[in-house]
Amino acid sequence: MSSLQRINPMRSLNLYFQVHQPRRLRGLSFFDIGKNETYFDDALNERIICEVARRCYWPANLLLLKLIQRYPQVRITFSISGSALEQLEKFCPAVLESFRMLASTKSVEFLGETYYHSLCSLVDPLEFADQVTKHSDAIERLFGVKPTVFRNTELIYSDHLGELVQQLGFKGVYLDGIQKILRQRSPNRLYAHPYAGDLKLLLRNYRLSDDIAFRFSDMSWEEHPLTVSKFLYWIEQYPSHDQLINLGMDYETFGEHQKSETGVLRFLDDLLTAIARHKKIEMVTASEAIQRLATEECISVPTHISWADRERNLSAWLGNDMQRDAFRSMNKLKKDVIDTGRPSLLNTWRHLQTSDHFYYMSTKKHDDGKVHEYFSHYSSPYEAFMNYMNAIADLEHKILKAQKPLEKNQPSQHVVKEISAMNNIVEKFSHLI
Amino acid sequence: MKVLMFGWEFPPHISGGLGTACYGLTKALVNRGTQILFVVPRAFGDEEMNLIDASEILISEPDKMVLTNLNAHIDTPARLEVIGVPSGIKPYTFGSQSQLYAIENWSYEIQSATQEIGKAKKYKFSGTYGSQLLEEVISYSEVAVALAKHHSFDVIHAHDWLTYQAGIKAKEVSGKPLVMHVHATEFDRAAQIDPQVYAIEREGFEKADRIVAVSDRTKRILVSRYGIPQEKISVVHNGIVAKKKQAAVSAPRLGKKIVSFLGRITYQKGPHYFVEAARKVLLHLPDVHFVMAGSGDLLPAVIERVAQLRLSSRFHFTGFLKGSQVDKIWSMSDLYVMPSVSEPFGLASLEAIQSGVPVIISKQSGVAEVMPHAIAVNFWEVDRLANAMLHVLRRPSLSNTLRKNSKQSLKQITWETAAIKINHLYHELASKN
Repeated sequence: MSSLQRINPMRSLNLYFQVHQPRRLRGLSFFDIGKNETYFDDALNERIICEVARRCYWPANLLLLKLIQRYPQVRITFSISGSALEQLEKFCPAVLESFRMLASTKSVEFLGETYYHSLCSLVDPLEFADQVTKHSDAIERLFGVKPTVFRNTELIYSDHLGELVQQLGFKGVYLDGIQKILRQRSPNRLYAHPYAGDLKLLLRNYRLSDDIAFRFSDMSWEEHPLTVSKFLYWIEQYPSHDQLINLGMDYETFGEHQKSETGVLRFLDDLLTAIARHKKIEMVTASEAIQRLATEECISVPTHISWADRERNLSAWLGNDMQRDAFRSMNKLKKDVIDTGRPSLLNTWRHLQTSDHFYYMSTKKHDDGKVHEYFSHYSSPYEAFMNYMNAIADLEHKILKAQKPLEKNQPSQHVVKEISAMNNIVEKFSHLI
Repeated sequence: MKVLMFGWEFPPHISGGLGTACYGLTKALVNRGTQILFVVPRAFGDEEMNLIDASEILISEPDKMVLTNLNAHIDTPARLEVIGVPSGIKPYTFGSQSQLYAIENWSYEIQSATQEIGKAKKYKFSGTYGSQLLEEVISYSEVAVALAKHHSFDVIHAHDWLTYQAGIKAKEVSGKPLVMHVHATEFDRAAQIDPQVYAIEREGFEKADRIVAVSDRTKRILVSRYGIPQEKISVVHNGIVAKKKQAAVSAPRLGKKIVSFLGRITYQKGPHYFVEAARKVLLHLPDVHFVMAGSGDLLPAVIERVAQLRLSSRFHFTGFLKGSQVDKIWSMSDLYVMPSVSEPFGLASLEAIQSGVPVIISKQSGVAEVMPHAIAVNFWEVDRLANAMLHVLRRPSLSNTLRKNSKQSLKQITWETAAIKINHLYHELASKN
């Protein structure tokens, strides 16, 4: 370790910001089934993304542009979901333009993820590959560079996912640096995948990340108020062989989850300025970290982890029966959707895969429950479930209608086999939850 | 014959069978020349009949006196200034026969108190079944005192426990005979008996001069659970209002067959038995869809059970439905199942039959007494229920026969029959008085 310290006295800091907005559903009544209407409340979606843009994306992007101009050594890593990109393009083109300006500075890197911010990595490697490719294409089209580092929806990760990601050509992937997988080791190093080629693992330092993302304005927190010097002091206190600190959080932390009155944007400004001037901390993008740092150890993650809720597993989306059955019902439609040969139906089906739809159906209580509630536009998880299932029923109806001309004299192919014998994909994962 | 009648809901603003029954009975009584002053906690102005809106009745403390211009013969206390607020209630009309149908043309001119008194009040009822229910029940009885003091009538008729206190108070003030009409008892409503409700019911039954039960089943409950002597109870089965032929309504078409459940999703209605039977049906007929229309405290539990069985894509939860939506449900149903654990009558099954939908009812439903040809099973016999459902769904001959025979029996089940019995009862009581 001491040799490493001599070689590189600088500590690397990677800041990764997640930008995501789901395409929220409108209130669908049972009687809307078969009416051939849209499922999405794009007026609501427009209102929300414009509001978030006004409070966060716009002022934060301007701040970053200003900082990068002054300190070219600033480095930021973004991951923007496809559904957020679509909405930005449609409703807030100026904000998208500001992301493009950030991209052109070369101080900013964009990560790969599933276009629809979906959970498809859990059940369908081919679907996963399709969605990742679609996202990479969108990033390349908009920002001119193909992503080389990946972050899966809500940092859902397992060894198997690492393997898939490596096969798709990525050099590294993010995961949450939780104790369960670290077992006394430090999250602040670059790790390697146990068997998937030369895939590097970037572990999020969740404690420092959540100090900003969740606790910044929490008056009951003993460290409140969080100052830049305090935050830097914590980083400086890590042993010198802790070479890479990954902070990952929702970009919406800056002005939306934490409102601007809390001073969170000012904090970001001061923090980045201080780090830019810091003699022993340098900022890196994800791919720079992978290029520059050596890996010494592997981390194995046999079962799925994520960055959500206290459990840091899949329970935020697939924790109860409603979520699992809704997820299963949606996945079951894949073949039929594809068989219709209609891109618009396929796109709709994929928007229904967005993890948020399942997140809203969570029946968790206490603190996690409050976070779920904060993000939900429904008054209850049951309402979210009923609404989602109405969309699924209508989609089934649309698929059936689209199939009809092809099979006039045949019994409906759509009839599902014996329910009891149904191959239940989600069940395979229930033991992991 | 003039009757002061207390109800809690009235079409089109209803949440269950009570309002429908009150409407059917009242209309038939009026048809036979009975005058009825029908009081509801809250009238909306769009009811087919002219109602007395308890929310518009002024009660002056300490006299608890109703003040109206109409009743000018009542001494207006000198300390009150008459302002006169038109209530907006107009003489109701029944098509062209308005005179014949005149219940009573209450054109209320409500007075409000002058400021220096400030003791007079109006109760603004919600007229719902919310958290304030007990308070509203008590306030409603104060309105009853005001009404009973200042109107003349021969008999008092109160529908269900919500109005029993009103009936008792009206009897105390006027000395007129009191009929308690039992559409349901606490034992039909809840798994857990509310002692307050039970006490109100019991007091009502004891103080009534006569009790009308909607079925023999309900009569037995009154005898066994409330200790009411048999001779005090008359059974008068509900009827059904003949419906005009309606144009076919467009409704979602789902799967091959649709089985519906319609009613409050509460313990009394046996929703869980419906789900368990449906599960067995789906083993044999995988493309049957089940629509559960209604809301109630068990809705979340039922949704969770369905999801646990992974049947969400075959179940549709509509929430509470209004009249025209109910018609849509009937128009799309191939079978209606009413697996009630305890059903005093079960008007919905008659509505289903009237709409041409075959029905399966539980033997624990009062309506079984008047439907000798209906398929009836014990609610707990899920296998039998599933078996019956499969037979009806698979064999058009059976469902057609059911449909035909049931419609035939329906001709005997009219509100006219009920009105004759009740009119007879009124005369008997009035002559004794």
